[in-house]
Amino acid sequence: MISFENSRAIRQRQDYAETIARERIRPQARYYDEYDHEHELPWDFVNFMWQVARKDLESLHPGKSFPDEPFMLLIHVNEMIAWGDIGFYMCLPWPALGGSAIKATGTEEQKEHLKEKFQADSPTWTSMALTESHCGSDSSAIRTTAVRDGDSWVLNGEKLFVTTAKTSMLDSDGLMVVWATTDPSKRASAIKPFLVDAKNPGVKITKLEKKLGLRASDTAVVILEDCRIPLKNILGGMESTGFKGAMATFDAARPSVAAAGLGVARATLDLLKEHLDLNGIRIRYGVPRNLLTSIERDIIDMEAQLRAAWLLVVRAAWLIDRHRPNTIESSMCKVKAGEVVTKITQKGVELMGPLGYSRRLLFEKWMRDGKIIDVFEGTGQINRLVIARRILGYSSRELK
Amino acid sequence: MYSFEPTEEQKIIISAARKLALKEFRDRMRDADETGRHHPSWVEAGWELGLLPASIPERYGGFGDHSAMTWVLAAEELAWGDMTAALVLTAPNLVALPILYCGTEEQKTEFLPVYCTDRYAHGSAALMEPHFGFNPYELKTTAHRNNGSYVLTGLKCNVPFAAESEWLLVYASLDGQSQAFLVSKDSPGLSIGEREPNMGINALPLYSVELKECSIPATQRLGGDAGCDFALLHNSSRVALSALAVGVARAAYEYALEYAKQRKAFGEAIAQRQSIAFTLAEMAIEIDAARMLVWEAAWRLDQGRDATKEAQYAMNFTGDMALMVADRAVQILGGYGYVRDHPVELWLRNARGCGVLEGIAIV
Ligand SMILES: Cc1cc2nc3c(=O)[nH]c(=O)nc-3n(C[C@H](O)[C@H](O)[C@H](O)COP(=O)(O)OP(=O)(O)OC[C@H]3O[C@@H](n4cnc5c(N)ncnc54)[C@H](O)[C@@H]3O)c2cc1C
Repeated sequence: MISFENSRAIRQRQDYAETIARERIRPQARYYDEYDHEHELPWDFVNFMWQVARKDLESLHPGKSFPDEPFMLLIHVNEMIAWGDIGFYMCLPWPALGGSAIKATGTEEQKEHLKEKFQADSPTWTSMALTESHCGSDSSAIRTTAVRDGDSWVLNGEKLFVTTAKTSMLDSDGLMVVWATTDPSKRASAIKPFLVDAKNPGVKITKLEKKLGLRASDTAVVILEDCRIPLKNILGGMESTGFKGAMATFDAARPSVAAAGLGVARATLDLLKEHLDLNGIRIRYGVPRNLLTSIERDIIDMEAQLRAAWLLVVRAAWLIDRHRPNTIESSMCKVKAGEVVTKITQKGVELMGPLGYSRRLLFEKWMRDGKIIDVFEGTGQINRLVIARRILGYSSRELK
Repeated sequence: MYSFEPTEEQKIIISAARKLALKEFRDRMRDADETGRHHPSWVEAGWELGLLPASIPERYGGFGDHSAMTWVLAAEELAWGDMTAALVLTAPNLVALPILYCGTEEQKTEFLPVYCTDRYAHGSAALMEPHFGFNPYELKTTAHRNNGSYVLTGLKCNVPFAAESEWLLVYASLDGQSQAFLVSKDSPGLSIGEREPNMGINALPLYSVELKECSIPATQRLGGDAGCDFALLHNSSRVALSALAVGVARAAYEYALEYAKQRKAFGEAIAQRQSIAFTLAEMAIEIDAARMLVWEAAWRLDQGRDATKEAQYAMNFTGDMALMVADRAVQILGGYGYVRDHPVELWLRNARGCGVLEGIAIV
């Protein structure tokens, strides 16, 4: 039976996450965004999340109290943390994208390895290095190589824009999933993911990007120089599904970042409405649209867009929790969320005028932060491509 | 817990509605639009689905319980076949469902059995008014209490089946509140005007209606002295229109998608160009997103919760969405989209009605 009632257990954790967002995140959001503090890690928050909140939220411990809906819980927590601040969300010491890859395609031993890392006393991160300077969307064109040498793989190449590269490799005893080709003449079929543990001397972080937003999160250039790892560190074992596995990873990651993006959109809308309220501006519902004031129209349309986008995320999560095919639905919610957060946050600045543009409030920050949702985890175009190929029944050769 | 899975019973209804839509509506919609007459099979075969009797409890002659969710699931399929046919087939809802939602026991006992026989019985409602600034919450049509009667005065437009229906549910302002009144066809002071000429939904007979000091017994106020919850009816009406919008959009999208795969230009199918393929992808996304809003609003109605916001979200979103999708379908067909040999121009005309025609459908 169709139902739009969220489970009580998730609502409770959502409330808990809201308290964290209100008390521990939002008041610090501005500080970590200023140029002077870029790349500082909010350690208080990180430690708190690691030591206290993680257990309470149980978001990434399937098999505990959420046998049925771990992903549904995750999107609700992500949305709420990002409502606090999406930069903080990006710093969460959770398995994240790299972790999803391991969970989606790893061998039992590798999954166990991941689990151990996340039982450590101090915060741990995983990262995922796919993008290179000459290719982002066209990830099958990567040039980083993996060459077998006796009992090891030796990785060489340069990776770009790696989220939490520094925190996973230098600030913690974490993991990096590195995508490399075992045969540059073969493209997609030869591309495999490899697990690189922290403190491997072959990994160098050479640059932390200065960004439009998400400034609390490190996005780094990673150089792999004769980076030697054990043979068994090929993710998924020698039978690794490789590139296909990457795509499966994205299926689950897309709703997850879409949810975070919509947290930013909601933050904007909530604050906007607070300001309208303070100024005695009431929004009338039920009235035909052609009779509404411009601001009423804007607000109601934004609310409708946000709700529609959110429900697409919820639907994707629902499918993921039931292990049903969700590629198209995940891409749909990602496209929609990218578009909605971009529009709402840009509109927020417009409606607030000089206050919107000012760095004293957060509207301008949310606009800068929100834009990322349409860029990473597959740009808006790439996700449209994924959807278009599916609905048309086209291969990547038929629809480029 | 969230769920996006219709019940087994709903799945059966969806598939029956789709079959009907394909078999009876699709092939006949063009003819109906050109002649302005709906095909008799629409109500004959359509009534066999038993949608309305299945929404009415046994004690009033039906065999089920009302569910707005079931209605929106069915309405999408029906409108996917043809929006006009869907409006024709569901017009009896216009009297039956407000009575079911808000009627007195006497009103239910008197009127509901009429809609539970094996023959389609006409229904009609008059909400819209032909002036700029029409607002369902500030109607210009008025009702005054006069001893044991109400006296109604005003001008209505786009009243479905006004000439054919025995009873019209007329919405009027009573002490500043929108309320509904059951007006029989022969009431003195009620006159049915011309058929309304519109851009689309031509085969749905819509009329202008004038009420001049039209006096009706006080017992014919919907809900009796207590009146009705107008917002509930208005919300339910918006949800209905929204569900139809999703159906129209889906029809246009599917047609454009198939066309784009067949049509060749510059040596390949036009769908192989991103400009067309992405357009189709966006149409698909918006349709799914819209459906979620419609479902949520319907779900809230079924839960007995206030659905004012959700119904407004659904109405605004689906209205824009259906128009955007139908417009793009015309664009994808190019010149062929503009001629009446293909259905997309008809869908564009019908889609424009979705965000505008308050009160011509209800779930
Ligand atoms: C803050 C941040 C964090 C990131 N984190 C990570 C990470 O952790 N790991 C990682 O591996 N990467 C990460 N990325 C990289 C990100 O995934 C890429 O930037 C993204 O995939 C786009 O690749 P690109 O920048 O090379 O753009 P390009 O691929 O060069 O694309 C440029 C433009 O062309 C469009 N385009 C490309 N191909 C097509 C096509 N076939 N059809 C139509 N349009 C097309 C794109 O949509 C885009 O608009 C991160 C990026 C940022 C900014």
